Amino acid sequence: MWKWLHPYAKTERAYQLCITLQPWLWVGAILCLSIGTVWGLAFAPQDYQQGDSFRIIYIHVPSAILSMSTYVAMAIAALVGMVWQWRTAYMTMIAMAPIGAALTFIALFTGAAWGKPMWGAWWVWDARLTSELILLFLYIGVIALYGAFEDKQQAGKAAGVMALVGVVNIPIIHYSVEWWNTLHQGATISKFDNPSIAPEMLWPLLINLLGFAFFIGAVTTIRLRNEIVLREQHRPWVQALAEQALLPHKTRER
Amino acid sequence: MNPRRKQRLAVVGIVGFLVVSAIGLMLYALNDSIDLFYTPSEIVEGKNGQVPQIGQRLRIGGMVVPGSVKRNSESLAVSFDLIDTGPTVTVTFDGILPDLFREGQGIVATGVLTDKGHIKAQEVLAKHDEEYMPPELAEKMKGIKHVKPENMPTYEYSEATTGNNDTGGL
Repeated sequence: MWKWLHPYAKTERAYQLCITLQPWLWVGAILCLSIGTVWGLAFAPQDYQQGDSFRIIYIHVPSAILSMSTYVAMAIAALVGMVWQWRTAYMTMIAMAPIGAALTFIALFTGAAWGKPMWGAWWVWDARLTSELILLFLYIGVIALYGAFEDKQQAGKAAGVMALVGVVNIPIIHYSVEWWNTLHQGATISKFDNPSIAPEMLWPLLINLLGFAFFIGAVTTIRLRNEIVLREQHRPWVQALAEQALLPHKTRER
Repeated sequence: MNPRRKQRLAVVGIVGFLVVSAIGLMLYALNDSIDLFYTPSEIVEGKNGQVPQIGQRLRIGGMVVPGSVKRNSESLAVSFDLIDTGPTVTVTFDGILPDLFREGQGIVATGVLTDKGHIKAQEVLAKHDEEYMPPELAEKMKGIKHVKPENMPTYEYSEATTGNNDTGGL
């Protein structure tokens, strides 16, 4: 069933796949993000309680949801790296880590900026906020652990273990608002029920969510290409690639 | 899958299971401490057999009882009742309330239990629900009339707002 995936264990094939996917991901990201953001910020109606302030949802919710999805993707990559011992899997994992960390930071930051006018506090140590902060620390931990090893194969393994263990936090973040009393309200869209948001406000949110996902994909392919070239710099195909890239310069110099 | 991969997968699975159970047990043990606030009935009747003591610093979270908000016309002092399903607890506060504070709204207040069923708060935070809808829809569905921020006093300023009943909010 998964046979089609096997060629991508080779770095060269993975690199080619990134090049193929990249333009499509960018097109999707730019299209969805511009439509969703303009619709959400300018045309969606005001909220009955929060007025215009609720519009920060169009940044906050996509970044928060996808900070968790990116972590899960990272952990799956770590699992594949561990069990099937694919080098590209660890490379993908580390390519995604800073992106996820940035998303988590955006979620926390926009959450604070939203919390101050609505709740009356930038930060409260409630279960949802705290567990999301722990997610940021997990991302930073994975990045730091990977950076601490000279041997990148070892580094991938160590960081992979940390990424896998940290997955426990994901359901905790999601269910924190149900299991405990929190200041943060319950789920609006990520539940098996009708979303508790009016359709004309929901559509731009979903489009932005998709746009964020495309954007994450696009940035991941760039970072993965970078990682592959860096790690495989002594391979003939990478050197051929580098020569090709340098060719115009050489002709100009002459 | 070859046997070596199977073995590695099993090891990862077992370690994962152990980690999940360990964290699950920890959270279960810490369950009460993770809650951000007590509900009014937990303060009066106790939570897991433990009633908060007088003088204890705590957080309370509940709904503002409609009609219970009393304001001092000369200062920022305000008092209101909070309720969940059972008895009410009175909260007094001297300070600026958040914009979303109104009758029927969920509130989280930090303060000291000064008396049985009475809390002197140092901080009042507003909790909002997960529903988002335009004002017209809210009016139709919930009978909530949208109030512009400039004429927002949904609670009585004792004298200033008499005759301004349509801003009654919830």
